[in-house]
Amino acid sequence: MDELAELYQSILLEHNKNPHNKKKIQCVSCSAEGYNATCGDEINVDLELDNDVIKDIGFTGQGCAISQASGSLMTLFVQGKPKQEAAELANKVIGMLAGDAPIDPAQWGDLAALGGVRQFPARIKCATLAWHALLSALKQ
Amino acid sequence: MRDDFPIFKNNPRLVYLDSAATIQRPQAVIDCISDFYERFNANVHRGIYDLSEHATQLYEGARKRIAAYIGAESVIFTRNTTESINLVAHLFEEQLGAQDEILLTEMEHHSNIVPWYLLAKKTGAVLQVVNIDDNGDLDLDDFAKKLTPRTKIFCVTHISNVLGTVNPLKELIEKAHRNGTLVCVDGAQSLAHEKVDVRELDCDYFASSAHKAYGPTGIGILYAKKELLKNARPYQGGGSMIHRVSFEKISFAEPPMRYEAGTPNISGAIGMGAAIDYIQKIGLTTLLQHDKTLLAYAQKRFKEIPAIAIIGNPKKRSGILSFRLGKLHPHDVATALNTETIAIRAGNHCAQPLMKRLNEPGTTRISFGIYNTFDDIDRLVAALEKTLKILS
Ligand SMILES: Cc1ncc(COP(=O)(O)O)c(C=O)c1O
Repeated sequence: MDELAELYQSILLEHNKNPHNKKKIQCVSCSAEGYNATCGDEINVDLELDNDVIKDIGFTGQGCAISQASGSLMTLFVQGKPKQEAAELANKVIGMLAGDAPIDPAQWGDLAALGGVRQFPARIKCATLAWHALLSALKQ
Repeated sequence: MRDDFPIFKNNPRLVYLDSAATIQRPQAVIDCISDFYERFNANVHRGIYDLSEHATQLYEGARKRIAAYIGAESVIFTRNTTESINLVAHLFEEQLGAQDEILLTEMEHHSNIVPWYLLAKKTGAVLQVVNIDDNGDLDLDDFAKKLTPRTKIFCVTHISNVLGTVNPLKELIEKAHRNGTLVCVDGAQSLAHEKVDVRELDCDYFASSAHKAYGPTGIGILYAKKELLKNARPYQGGGSMIHRVSFEKISFAEPPMRYEAGTPNISGAIGMGAAIDYIQKIGLTTLLQHDKTLLAYAQKRFKEIPAIAIIGNPKKRSGILSFRLGKLHPHDVATALNTETIAIRAGNHCAQPLMKRLNEPGTTRISFGIYNTFDDIDRLVAALEKTLKILS
């Protein structure tokens, strides 16, 4: 079970237990749902935009520890960012999780913790679910 | 018995507890399939030469043995349970209208929901659903209530692939028939886990797959009462399913051939025959006893861990058990067990309406085959305890 500790790093378990921004927000400018039909994980992402800047973000739904922790981390990383930048980050995270380039913690910060899923191909979709939902919301 | 299964020679540490998804195959079945390709391969119902004649005999022989095993005179070969149910739904297409109802249950697999939903959309018929009670048994009062003069067909699973519930088919079928309602049984989980005698059950349609009963993938069966098929419309068109063909007029072959368009899955059918032979060699009584013993042992061991909650408590349970591990999500549990080479199923098990009813995001499920041992359960329980420690 050693690989397991690498996947479920304490930072992810902590985000799963006490997720940030797991809430409904007041003035929703756009929102989108991410649903993983194979496992039933669902995440709904709501955004409040102010001149193309993400003023507030909230997510709801249920799923495995990885999908929930990833959603929580995501909200911390995109809050206050312009739409364009948030979309770029989402694409970069999705690319990082699908690829095999070394993950530099200095570049990724806490998001590096998500990299553990790369050893568990069946779980990559769990980690990218929230980010895909963010991208759909931003497209609206 | 484990020695009959080469998968365990090639994966010595594997604990396989996902037989309800697809079961492992014994050497005898694998050999029978390669033997066919090595010694007898030819198309069926076509050639005049000996080889084709022999292949046809093997194919038709398998059909006879499989049919006899479920108490039928004949069966139609399909790809799987799913295709068998779609075929039945297709037969109803010209018979249903907006005044009719199709009755399902809350515990059905998507295979026994979606074809009926599509049929309802096409014909205007209305879907009705029998509720389950908190134990995971069908609510028989609700069944009686939902069985109305409008109910044309009742579609029910023999064994729930999530809860393991074995439904009281005979009683259900009797009540449906008294109401003038036909019954289609989803027997996907049945062949290696419950006795099936379609004549005694008096069911109208019975669908099953080989790959959950020691046979190959890509082959299944549909049993239908003879009189229901006599003048029934064809399903797919093509070679083998016809009698005479001209551009002006086509007459169709008699069942079962009418429903086997094109070159069939010959090696699959023969492999399924070998799987039924394997089941009969071991004996269904032995298989059932094995399920029962392991189930009792797993329930006893699970009770030792307070964080484990078994889901459902049906009156009669097959070798299938769903549970919850503390507050952990089923996928996290499955990933953890995988690192200990324990294969179990986690998720909604193609039964989203049932998950909603149970108010679970998904379940963690174990299911047995004849190769499972007490040691498998012990290793599972030890791994679950470890998982709790690491992930909580
Ligand atoms: C109860 C039940 N019905 C139907 C099916 C569908 O079987 P198949 O995928 O072989 O068509 C399954 C398989 O998981 C099942 O468990």
